[in-house]
Amino acid sequence: MSDFLKIEGLKAQIDADGTPKEILKGLDLTIPKGEVHAIMGPNGSGKSTLSYVLAGREDYEVTGGSAHFKGQDLLELEPEERAALGVFLAFQSPVELPGVNNANFLRTAVNAVRKARGEEELDAVSFLKLAREETSRLSMSGEMLKRAVNVGFSGGEKKRNEVLQMRLLKPSLAILDETDSGLDIDALRIVADGVNSLRGPDFSSLVITHHQRLLDYIVPDRVHVMAHGRIIHSGGPEVASLLEKQGYKQFLEAAA
Amino acid sequence: MSENNAAAWQALTGRAGERAALLGTEGLPTRRVEAWHYTPLQSLNGVAWQAAPALDEAAVKQRVDALNLPAHDGLLVFANGRFCKSLSHLPACMDVQEYGDGAAVPALLAGRFSAGLNAALRQPGARLHVPAKTDAGLIVMISLTEGEGVSTHLHHSITLEEDARLSLLDIQLGEGQYLTNPQMDVHCADRAHFSHITHQAESREAARLGIISARIGERSNYDSFTLNQGGGVARQEVVSQLSGPFSNTNVNAIQLVDGNRLNDLSSMIHHASPDCTSRQTVRTVLSENGQGVFQGKILVDQIAQKTDGYQMNQALLLSEKAQMNSKPELEIYADDVKCSHGATVGALDEDQLFYLRSRGVLEEQARDMLVQAFLLETVELVEHESLRDYLLKALPGHV
Repeated sequence: MSDFLKIEGLKAQIDADGTPKEILKGLDLTIPKGEVHAIMGPNGSGKSTLSYVLAGREDYEVTGGSAHFKGQDLLELEPEERAALGVFLAFQSPVELPGVNNANFLRTAVNAVRKARGEEELDAVSFLKLAREETSRLSMSGEMLKRAVNVGFSGGEKKRNEVLQMRLLKPSLAILDETDSGLDIDALRIVADGVNSLRGPDFSSLVITHHQRLLDYIVPDRVHVMAHGRIIHSGGPEVASLLEKQGYKQFLEAAA
Repeated sequence: MSENNAAAWQALTGRAGERAALLGTEGLPTRRVEAWHYTPLQSLNGVAWQAAPALDEAAVKQRVDALNLPAHDGLLVFANGRFCKSLSHLPACMDVQEYGDGAAVPALLAGRFSAGLNAALRQPGARLHVPAKTDAGLIVMISLTEGEGVSTHLHHSITLEEDARLSLLDIQLGEGQYLTNPQMDVHCADRAHFSHITHQAESREAARLGIISARIGERSNYDSFTLNQGGGVARQEVVSQLSGPFSNTNVNAIQLVDGNRLNDLSSMIHHASPDCTSRQTVRTVLSENGQGVFQGKILVDQIAQKTDGYQMNQALLLSEKAQMNSKPELEIYADDVKCSHGATVGALDEDQLFYLRSRGVLEEQARDMLVQAFLLETVELVEHESLRDYLLKALPGHV
C-alpha cells in the first residue's frame, strides 16, 4: 500500500461567531510512504486548518470527504489515538503549560505513545538519558527539560522543543505547520536537520510553509499549492522556486 | 419553619445548657445571614446532634497507622473529640498544658457563629506551648470522628513564645454523617514562626465548621495553608491579625470539590500594625455538582501604613454544573499601602488540552496533568519539603 496518507474531498468548517465558515472546500491530497510533501499557499488558504483537522482538533467540524492514514479512518480517531498511530503535528504557536514540567511532560507523552504501540515504557533514568542525547543534538540547553513546557521559551526554543518532541515520539507522519516562522538561519538548519534525520522509507512528512527557504533544507518530493481550501496545483520541488520568483498569481489565475 | 425550632437547634442548645447564650437566638445561619449566604446550614437542621461517644482505641490506632505521615517530632491523636494519650507523644521541649474551662469567644472571633458554637459546646483539645528560642519541629495532629448524628467541638490553643518555631500538620478525617466544629487559637509572640497545614479530609457526609484565630507579634510569621477536600458542607474560617510591626501572615488554600459537596474558605486578614505583609492564594477545583466558596477580607487599620497585601483566588470549573462563589473584600483606612487582588474562574484551556492529547496523552490523564499544574504553584507556597510532598500525594491523580 503506497498511499500512506489519503485525503479525498475534505471539507471542514469552523464556527465564526455563530455562523459556520467553510475553510476546507473539497481538498484532495495523497502522500505515499517515505515521501516529504510541502504545501505552500497564501494566508487564509486553509493550510493550518488542514493540519489541525488531521491532528484532531475539535473546534473544526468536518462536513465532507475523508482522510485515511495507514488505511485507517483518521477522522474517527481521538487526537491521542492519532498520535499513537504515528501522526505528529509541530504547532505553529506551541502553547505554554505553566506548572507542567517539560521532562515529565515529554516522558508522559513518550510512554503514552509507547504503551499504545505495544512497546515497553521507559523508566525515569533511561528516559532522561535519551532526552539529554536529543536535546544536545538540537543544541538545546538541558535546563529546558527542567522548566515548565514552553513557559518563557523564546520563539526559537519553542520550535526546537517541538522538534525534540517529534524526535522522541518517532512519528510516521510529521506535519510541520510553519515551523520555520520566526527562526533565524541557525535555528532553521537545526530544525531541518531534526526532520531530515527521521527521513526514511517509513517516514512521511507534510511541510506547511510560506517560504522556499525551509525547502532548501528539507527538500520535498512534491510541492502543492493551496488556495481557497483546495490544492490547486502540484509539482516537483521546482514549484517552490517558481512561487518564490513569481508569486501565487499565475496559479490562482489558472485555477480560477 | 422557624430555624430555632429545628431539631439541631434544640439538641445543641440543650447540650450547651447555660452556655446556650453563646449561640445566639436565631438558629443555625441561613442564606439571609450575609456571612453564610453562600454556605447556608439548613441541611444540618434536621439532625438532633448528640455528643460523640468514645471510640475504641485499638481501632483508632489502626486508622492512624494506616495514614502515610511525614517524619514527625510529635503526634497528637483525638478521636471523637477526646484526647488519646496512649497514641500521642510530644517532643521534650513542649508541654501540653492543663485545659482550663475558659468558654469565652476570643475577641478576634466575636460574632462568628462557628466560634460561638465552639464556645458553647467546647471540648478540651491540644494546648501546646513552645518555649522561647525553641524549635519544636513538626508535630502531626490527627482528629478522627466517626458516627451518625454526633458532633465534636474541640478547642485547641497554640502558643509560640519569642523566637520559637513550630510546624503543625493538622489532619481531620472520619466516617459517617457527623458535625465537627474545631477551633484553634494561635498566639505567636515576637519573632516566632508557625507553619500550619490543615488537611480537611472529613467524611463526604459530614458537616464541618472550623475556625482559627491568630494573633501575630512583631516580626512574627503565621503561615497557614488549608487543603479543603472533604465534608459535605465544610467551611474553613481563618482570622489572622498582624498585631506587631514587620509581621507576616499567609492564608493559602486549595479546595477540591466534587460530587454534591460544598467547600468554603472564609478569611479575614487584619493589618493592625504598620509594615506588615500578607499573602493569600486560594485555588479551587470544582467538578460534578461541586460548590466552592471563597470569602476573603483584608482589613487595613489607619495605623497600618506600609502594608503590603496580596490576594489571589482562582477557580477551575471542570463541569458545567459546578459553581464558584467568590467574594473578595478590601477595607483600607491607611493611605500608604500596597494591596493587590484578583480573581479568575474558568474551565480547562482547550488549547492546552489539545496540545497534550496531540502528543498521545490520554484525555483523562491530560486533564489530571493540567489540574495538577493549576494546583502545583499553590502547593509550592508551603516551605516545609516533607509537608509539600504530603500535600502532593493527597491531590487527585498524583504521579
